[in-house]
Parts: sequence; structure tokens; C-alpha cells
Amino acid sequence: MNYHFNWSVLWSGQTGAWLLHGVVMTLEISLVGWFIAAALGILSGALRTLPILPLRWLAAGYVEFFRNVPLLVWMFFWYFGVPPFLPQALQDWLLDHGAEFWAGAFALGVYHGARFSEVIRSGIGAIPKTQFEAAASTGLTTAQAYRLVILPIAFRLIVPPATNETLNLLKNSSVALTIGVAELTFQVRQIETYSAKAFEALAAGTVIYLVLCLTISAVMARIERQTAIPGMITRGNTGVS
Amino acid sequence: MDFQVIVNNFAFLMLQGFLGFGAFAGGTLRLAIPAIVLGFILGTAIGLARLARARWLYLAAAAYVEFFRGVPLVMVIFWFWFIVPALMGKSLPEYSVALTAFVMFEAAYLAEIVRSGIQSVPRGQVEAATATGLAHGQMMRHVILPQALRNMIPALVTQFIVLLKDTSLASIIGYVDLTKAAQIVNNREIRPFELYLFIAIVYWLSSYGMSRYARYCEYRLDPSRS
Repeated sequence: MNYHFNWSVLWSGQTGAWLLHGVVMTLEISLVGWFIAAALGILSGALRTLPILPLRWLAAGYVEFFRNVPLLVWMFFWYFGVPPFLPQALQDWLLDHGAEFWAGAFALGVYHGARFSEVIRSGIGAIPKTQFEAAASTGLTTAQAYRLVILPIAFRLIVPPATNETLNLLKNSSVALTIGVAELTFQVRQIETYSAKAFEALAAGTVIYLVLCLTISAVMARIERQTAIPGMITRGNTGVS
Repeated sequence: MDFQVIVNNFAFLMLQGFLGFGAFAGGTLRLAIPAIVLGFILGTAIGLARLARARWLYLAAAAYVEFFRGVPLVMVIFWFWFIVPALMGKSLPEYSVALTAFVMFEAAYLAEIVRSGIQSVPRGQVEAATATGLAHGQMMRHVILPQALRNMIPALVTQFIVLLKDTSLASIIGYVDLTKAAQIVNNREIRPFELYLFIAIVYWLSSYGMSRYARYCEYRLDPSRS
């Protein structure tokens, strides 16, 4: 073994800025993807618990189709396959505003939305039936019952599995490098290409991912404690995760 | 839209890309099946280590699991792809790199499945095995693991589905799996919508089929049913 370590490649020249831009891009695409995923997940997760069959089938079809295909294939599909069929004005706008970013964020959001949906559904499933009955008996419509009673409880029940899914989304954002999004893994590879210091570049990327994941789980553990419903949830006894 | 491109390249996509017969050392299944088998062996060792009484063994296994679960798979593939040549001075074929990366990565997830499978076996079984005079190794092999394995089957099938989808990432380093095969055809034909939709359906059929099988296993193994 004749490998010479040179850790200074990580901060000399442009590489420090590259790593920083990579982290920012990873967080940006994850955040946009997360909001899409949360919106789709909550909507389809709630629809799957309604007694209206066509809506349940629609939501179930969305979940089963999108989560059973690799994210990478979705990235290619949304980035290469779909844009030619979009209206010309939208195509032009995408070209000017980073088409790969939006395709990547959309792919992440739609894929993880299907996975969030399952989390939301199991959260709603864990709510005692009496809550639905109580909401109905106070005169709330179904939409009001979901918005004011069921979903707020479900959100507090699903913090642990939702955290897991959020971490998965963050890690999966690395797949976006395949369509040219300059996120953290992309920058790590770029540093490796320019400096030929594979070990240092990959170690830096690995440590940054670990720190991001640990930070998010620490923050979410705090949120979990603060939002726990007294008397309903004890750690390790939730029945939902 | 013109789906003729699928018909023309069907043999290449399915035989070379999905199964792995052809000019390239490739194939989604040729990577996924050895990876789940070897990953399960390594995962069982790590899962058992996490339940070991020796503190250092437990800590090492826990660190392994937490480390690999906090890093994206793409990163793990890149470790082996870039670091092995840098350290050893010669590069490995894509297949070995991809297989090593998948086995190491999946073992962390499989270890958790094995651990929870073992923990799901009632404590009385351990006491009964000890009472009949079995040694620790014998007890594991003849009493605990066979029962634990039964409980693990649904989770193992689910993890195999995850792995099957994850093998698409091996295309990043040039391994010719189904995704890479579609890319190769697309470079020549420029039909991204049809090609990527087609492979999405192939992945979907295999994943969804297996998830139905997992649900069937869960139903059959449900003790409350009998």
C-alpha cells in the first residue's frame, strides 16, 4: 500500500466551497422533495382510510405503483422521459431554472410520498375508533373531522416512523447525482476527480451525511418528546412504528 | 409515442439487463440474488453479535449497523469503486465492487431483521433448550434460529424487494443491469419515455409480485389464524 494521505485537499483551493455547495444543494433538494412527499403522503394516506372505494383505489394505486419502482428509474423518467410532452412554455422555464433540480425534487417527492402515505395510514389506523365517533357526534363533517381531530393526532403518533422516512429521503437525494444535480455526493466525486484523493473526499462526504442524519434524529427525538400525547404513547409501546 | 422500440430491444433488456445472460457481465437478478444470500449470512453474524453478552462484540455490531444506516448507498458503492483502486493500485470489475457494496450495506439492515426475529422467539424456548442440556451453539442452531427464521420470512422478502430496487444504483459505476441496459438502448434510439416506463413496469411487476407473496407468508404464518 503506497497511498499518501493529504487531508488538506478538503479545504485548499475550491474544494471547500464545492463541499459547502454540495451540502446546501442536498438540503435544498431534500427540503423541496420533503414538502412534495408530505403533501402527497398526507393526502393519499388519508384517502386510503375513507369509506369511499374509488378514492381508496386511486390512493392505493398511487402508493403501490410508485414505491415498487427504483427511485433511479423515476429520476430518469421525470428528467428524460416526461419533459418532451410538457407545454413549450413550461419546458423553456425548466431549462432556465435548473430542470435537473426540479425533476430530481419531483422524483424524490413522488417516490417518498408513496412511502409517507403508508406511515400516515398506519398512524390513522392506530387512532381508536372512538375518536372518529366522537368527532362525528359533535357534528363535524368528514373533512373537518380529519382536519381538526384525526390528522393532528396521527401526526403526533407517527413522529418516529416519519423521522425514519425523512432520513431515507435525505440519503436518497444522493441518487439525484445521476441526472446531474450538484449535491453532496456529486461534489465528493468531483473532488475525487480533480485531486485523485479518493479516501479523503469520500471520508468527508460520509462524515457529513452521518452528521446530518444524527442531527435530524436528535431534533426529531426532542420533537417526539414534546408532542407525545400523555397517556397514549410510551416509548417502544406505540404500536405504529 | 412508439413502443416498437421495446419490442425490438426486448431480448437485450430482459436477457442481458434483467437476468444477466449476454456479452456483458451484468444482470439485475445476477446481482440481487447472490447479494441477498451473502448479505443474509453476514447479517446473521452481525445480528447474533448484537445479542452477544460480550460488550465489545455488541458494540462493534451496533456501530456497524448504525454507521451503514446513516450513509447513502451511492456513497458506499463509491467507497469500493474509488478507494479500492487507490489503496491497491488496481481496479476491480464492476460486478465485484457492486456485490461487495451491496452485501456490506444490506447486511446492516438484515442484521436488524435477524435480531428482531430472534428476539421474537419466546424466552421459554431458551430455558427449555438449556434444560435439555444443549450448548449455546446447539441451542441456536436447532431451537432458536429455525423458529426465528420463520418469523423473519415476511421481513426478508420485503428487504429483498428493497435490494432488487437498489441494484439499479449499480448502473452508476457501469454495471449492466436493467437500468443500464435501458440507458444503452436509449443512447441509440432516444426514446426515454417508452424505455424508462417499460423498465419501471418490469421492476414493478417483480416487486409487487414479491410483496404479495410476503403478505401471503404473513397470513400463512400468523399463529392467530390456526
